[in-house]
Amino acid sequence: MSYDRALTVFSPDGHLFQVEYALEAVKRGTCAVGVRGKDVVVLGVEKKTVLKLQDPRTVRKVSMLDDHVCLAFAGLYADARVLINKARIECQSHRLTVEDPVTVEYITQYIAGVQQRYTQSGGVRPFGISTLIIGFDVDRVPKLYQTEPSGIFSAWKAAAIGKSSKTVREFLEKNYKEEMSKEEAIKLTIKSLLEVVQTGAKNIEVAYMDEDAVLKQLDSDEVERISKEIEKEKEAEAEKNKKAGGSTSGVAPMQE
Amino acid sequence: MEVLIGITGKDFVLLTADTTSARSIVIMKQEEDKTRELNKHNLLLTIGEAGDAVQFAEYIQRNIKLYEIRNGVPLSTKAVAAYTRREMADSLRSRNAYQVNILIGGVDPKTGTPELYWSDYLAASQKMPFATQGYASYFVMSTMDRYWRPDLSLAEARALLQKCFDELKKRFIGNLPSFLIKVVDKEGIRTID
Repeated sequence: MSYDRALTVFSPDGHLFQVEYALEAVKRGTCAVGVRGKDVVVLGVEKKTVLKLQDPRTVRKVSMLDDHVCLAFAGLYADARVLINKARIECQSHRLTVEDPVTVEYITQYIAGVQQRYTQSGGVRPFGISTLIIGFDVDRVPKLYQTEPSGIFSAWKAAAIGKSSKTVREFLEKNYKEEMSKEEAIKLTIKSLLEVVQTGAKNIEVAYMDEDAVLKQLDSDEVERISKEIEKEKEAEAEKNKKAGGSTSGVAPMQE
Repeated sequence: MEVLIGITGKDFVLLTADTTSARSIVIMKQEEDKTRELNKHNLLLTIGEAGDAVQFAEYIQRNIKLYEIRNGVPLSTKAVAAYTRREMADSLRSRNAYQVNILIGGVDPKTGTPELYWSDYLAASQKMPFATQGYASYFVMSTMDRYWRPDLSLAEARALLQKCFDELKKRFIGNLPSFLIKVVDKEGIRTID
């Protein structure tokens, strides 16, 4: 029984199955969505239904890495904890040695680097999480990055990870507009999550960051209000389509 | 030749460090800031071995920040002082000890109760109503013994501090032309004249 042999090895046809299985674990995690606006970046996460006896405040899906950088994940919570801790130490270490806060890209690269290292080391398995990292650098341009268990990372205008992320991503592709205002970006985030979160607004948590690089949470009343607004708009669309009825394009009205 | 002085008042801590940065017989600059903000309500002042003082202060600063990010709450002054003392003690029992003498001043953000801790390179630590580090101690402690009272107002504390400066100017051979004076209270940390 040796504990230093590699667990993640190539298959004959060039797959790293452990990494692909890790992606499957991510797909089972609760959904997280990130949307970049003109001067704001928004994170929306699906909150797992809190069990009756559980204290909801101890389940945090959106974590601060430093004052100006924030992370949401999908997948194994415990793996996320380890990675977040490493990232937090790196943020402070960077400040100590370089006397500058990390850039969002730097810390993303660091996290992705850690994730990659665990696909190429003895005796360890890959992290079962994908992350969405948001923040503002000194250039005051909003940033959104995504990392995966394989160690790939890239910047996105809007991204989704976790359960039904494909559906959400398609929705985002259809509805994303450049240079969105804060309200539009938040609305799009909630709208896209409502597509897949069955239980509705009370299971959605939204946080956003302005140019001042301070993370702000939307309280649940605000999320409710925006969801209701979205519902009303959907109904209005459906009415319009029904009235237009028998349109030659044969587009079906929006289903509830 | 460096000096740190701390005075607790009614609901604030007045902390000062000289601003001279010198090596051997040369004064390099006169605007050195020997303080580091640890969090909104805690300030660390360090003097001692060249390099060590800044290195230690920034190391503590980063670790206090890390605690805050990890746990979502800032550390109390007592906790900060205990942590800092521990780091000093560990460093003492290692190959390269930090030769740094410090003062930590802070207030409880809710009640405004001020606390001042004196700690030295041997990792001795003590909570005190007023304290000094450096040669100043020989001159200034007796001045403060005579004139310090509990519940000083900011103006009274500043006047007491001026007495200390005057004492140093009169009796201390080292020339310390300027000091950086900071106040820590419920509102946070600010510089005063």
